[in-house]
Amino acid sequence: MPGLLADGVELWPLALYFVAVVVLAGGILGLSYVLGERHRERATGMPYESGMIPTGSARVRMPVEFYLVALFFVIFDLEAVFIFGWAISARQLGWAGYVEVVIFIAVLVSALVYLWRQGALDWGTARRAGADRDRSGRRHGDE
Amino acid sequence: MNPILFHLLTIVILLAALLTVASMLIWGERRLLALWQDRYGPNRVGPLGLGQVVADIVKILAKEDWIPPFADKAVFQIAPGVILVATMTAFAVVPFAPGLAVADVNVGLLFFLAMSSMSVYSVALAGWSSNDKYSLLGSMRAISQMVSYEVFMGLSLMGVVIQVGSFRLGDIVLAQQRLWFALPQFLGLVVFFIAGLAETRRIPYDLPEAENELVAGYHTEYSGMKFASFFLGEYVGVTLFSSLVTTLFLGGWLGPVLPPLVWFILKTVLLVCLFILVRGSLPRPRYDQLMAMGWKIMLPLSLANLLVTGAIVLAREGAR
Repeated sequence: MPGLLADGVELWPLALYFVAVVVLAGGILGLSYVLGERHRERATGMPYESGMIPTGSARVRMPVEFYLVALFFVIFDLEAVFIFGWAISARQLGWAGYVEVVIFIAVLVSALVYLWRQGALDWGTARRAGADRDRSGRRHGDE
Repeated sequence: MNPILFHLLTIVILLAALLTVASMLIWGERRLLALWQDRYGPNRVGPLGLGQVVADIVKILAKEDWIPPFADKAVFQIAPGVILVATMTAFAVVPFAPGLAVADVNVGLLFFLAMSSMSVYSVALAGWSSNDKYSLLGSMRAISQMVSYEVFMGLSLMGVVIQVGSFRLGDIVLAQQRLWFALPQFLGLVVFFIAGLAETRRIPYDLPEAENELVAGYHTEYSGMKFASFFLGEYVGVTLFSSLVTTLFLGGWLGPVLPPLVWFILKTVLLVCLFILVRGSLPRPRYDQLMAMGWKIMLPLSLANLLVTGAIVLAREGAR
């Protein structure tokens, strides 16, 4: 498929370069595996926990904020991709395209403002909307 | 010269240069930090301490390549390779001089964005497969930081794309013959540079590996060359972002008197030094401040930059 993506630029160097990079990275890591020393002692096979004997599983529970950030990323990065499409052809689309992208970004920004007001962008519970209600209304004894 | 031979030479020289730069930066960063912090730094081995580079490589290669018995072994071994491959592959689209690039494709900028976001996989896989609490905490922080800053990293470059009308990095350089984009796109430059700091996880954005609380973050359980390849990946990443800032905002290879390649290298080296100066002078913020900065300041700023640039370009061209 010459010309599909390249328009005048040969693509085989890109493929070859990628293969060379993979071989190089594998080679470096492999060399270290061959050359490195080996030893086996009482604590060699233990996870590092600052010198303590490890307790419990490493699969600890994470704050939900991390999950929220992952969701926001999917939403906002996808919208960014639509904006890329406008940016590359901004001149051809003229003012009509500009107005459309302004509307699109306004929707995006209003979503951002909503999340901001909801406290979804804040970490920790102190400033989150409804945190007070949660604190007073939580039922005890569920656990 | 035979075009096939030229391409092969480009690939070989680029790879050799990248490995040399990445290992030299281990020495260079320590020397520059020492200079700015009024210390000596490594100055014992050879002239200016340059032998330190060789000594470090030999030492790292001779260290035990430990694969933890409690880890997910296959993923654990792949993860450090991913960051090396992703950052080094991104260099394929960077034009170092007119016609001197592995493949200056017309989707160059998108290729760079895709490849630089691949390095998040490395961190995620490393942290998860290590099966260690510090690693998991560090990698969770790294993932959310990197994906957050990635959103506006791409957006901050769209001002340049609107002005040029192309994703090809060679076209972007040629469009700066009259004026470097550093001036009209100053906001984009600042946002992109900060996103670059966050994507390479360097101070002030090094919370994923904050050594005084997380030991070493996602690479706590790594040793030998696997450990070092995260650092190689980081240094290649710093060089990558410096060369991208050079290409997109500082006129790439353009400059008077000196040959184009020399200008490119000069600008890139200066930016790498700036990366190190930032590390030498800034403290680490709190994690919630870091995330708030990304979503509440940088994202609206890059959207505003995009809209203003679009309006000015259209008004100047007298579009309908």
